Amino acid sequence: MATPGRSKQGVEVRFGERLTPARQIVRSALTSGPGILWVNVFLLVPLLAVIAMSFLTRGSYGQIGLPLTFENYTRLAGFGAFGFDPLYPLVILRSLVLAAGTTLVCLIAGFPLAYFIVQLKPRAKQIALTLVVIPFWTNLLIRTYAWQILLGPESLAARLGTALGLVEAGQPLYPSLGAVYLGMLAAYLPFLVLPLYSSFEKLDWSIAEAAMDLGADAPRVLRHAILPQVLPGMVAGMILVFIPAVGQFVIPDLLGGARTVLLGNAIQQQFGSSRDWPFGAAIAFVGMAVVMIGLWYYARTAGSDSEEALL
Amino acid sequence: MRKPSLPLWLWAGVIFVFLYAPIAVVIVYSFNSARHGGPWQGFTLDWYAKLFDSREKIEAAKNTLVLGLASTGIATVLGTLLGYGLSRYRFPGKKLFSRLMYIPVVIPDIVMAIAMLMFFSLLRDRLGLFELGMTTMILAHVTFQIPFVAIVIRSRMIGIDPAIEEAARDLGASAAQTFRHVTLPMILPAVVAGAMLAFTLSLDDFVVSFFTTGPGAGTLPILIYASVKRGITPDINALSTLIVLVSVIGTLAGLLLERPRRSSGES
Repeated sequence: MATPGRSKQGVEVRFGERLTPARQIVRSALTSGPGILWVNVFLLVPLLAVIAMSFLTRGSYGQIGLPLTFENYTRLAGFGAFGFDPLYPLVILRSLVLAAGTTLVCLIAGFPLAYFIVQLKPRAKQIALTLVVIPFWTNLLIRTYAWQILLGPESLAARLGTALGLVEAGQPLYPSLGAVYLGMLAAYLPFLVLPLYSSFEKLDWSIAEAAMDLGADAPRVLRHAILPQVLPGMVAGMILVFIPAVGQFVIPDLLGGARTVLLGNAIQQQFGSSRDWPFGAAIAFVGMAVVMIGLWYYARTAGSDSEEALL
Repeated sequence: MRKPSLPLWLWAGVIFVFLYAPIAVVIVYSFNSARHGGPWQGFTLDWYAKLFDSREKIEAAKNTLVLGLASTGIATVLGTLLGYGLSRYRFPGKKLFSRLMYIPVVIPDIVMAIAMLMFFSLLRDRLGLFELGMTTMILAHVTFQIPFVAIVIRSRMIGIDPAIEEAARDLGASAAQTFRHVTLPMILPAVVAGAMLAFTLSLDDFVVSFFTTGPGAGTLPILIYASVKRGITPDINALSTLIVLVSVIGTLAGLLLERPRRSSGES
């Protein structure tokens, strides 16, 4: 980008025209305005409404209204009408653990993959990156129910499981926590690999070579010469996996079964069959808090170009 | 040039098999004549033929298409203007807004979905507007498509030399004329790419559609979800294969059109 010349009145010459700050705002309103307005009206306002809703009370006929209350949050914390019940604290904890586990699994699978792709020739690199991106853009629901087939009672995986003594013959490998992790890994791997890859792309290999020349073995080269350089992309990728994983609904629903209630299912229940919107809103607030903290941390640590690596 | 070691090749191979096994199994099973899944029993196209017998599925396909085209149309216009505006003009609070744009990209689907469900329901109760159905689904889809289009456009804008637009202005073109006749043709591949990706996003969405739809406005993913809950049938595999095919074509076309930016943007 050309560096704009700035005069003392704040008038800038940019892209062949002189723009005052006021004119820039007018231009912004004409170009960015409608899009920003749309996202604000249909997403930001609804999200704020969810927060407001979480402080309201649900009447005995399902009607919603005053008084304002913290009851939804105390109930979420486990202190309901019938004393302490760890159900919801466990749901939150389980969701956070699942998201953290997914992040870790994606890192284990994705770090070597990004390291592999960056060493390929330019053309092969493009193909490999495209292969990583395509599943990301195909229907998650379809890719998830496909795991039901792959883990079904007559599948190769189930027979292998039987041979290893993990399941009885003729039993499927889902619903189970392991199946959820497989589905999550398949869904979120691209979120981690792409930002990490763009960090690898900027890697200064001479530092790694210098470390090797000075006698460092492979693990130490990785730990001290490569890892610090790719850390921003790695953190960006981990955050991009963690945030949406906390509220993932389809994968636990199809592969986890009824025993593993998570944030996503709990929200769906309250807005579906239970029709307790204020309480559902309180649960959703946990998901929003994770997004906010995640994005804030992201802005602090990772570069701004990392989200764009997804596209 | 470095060469990947053998263990890295093997690892990458395993990961790619893992990523593509679910897609492959759906495609293979859509041609399997076995009625209840299970082992291969011969090739058939019956499941594809069966799709066209089902009024429910054709109706859902129609809804999916209307939803995808309408939302993509709106989101492409608004997203293109947004991406252009953000890369060219300044306004107070721009940094904050640019960051807010990433909320739809990372927010858990379910949170976005129930927020919109609540918003539309409350407005319907107060104003009588926003009856849940096709309209609310379109409004919802546009919301999560806009940021993706804007991100594609903005990264294309970075690779464009401002001198070209300056030349147009020097020769007497107005700002609007410059955009229409100079900038837009240059970013057109990115606009098309953004539209392809937006359409793919709409086609892929299940959760947001599920919560913001109304009677008679079911989409293919909603229908697939209901079928999967009852037990997978081979015709659902055929339907899914067609959807995957459209997504893959859309994604590849989008990525190919977007590619020039990588070479110019990196230099």
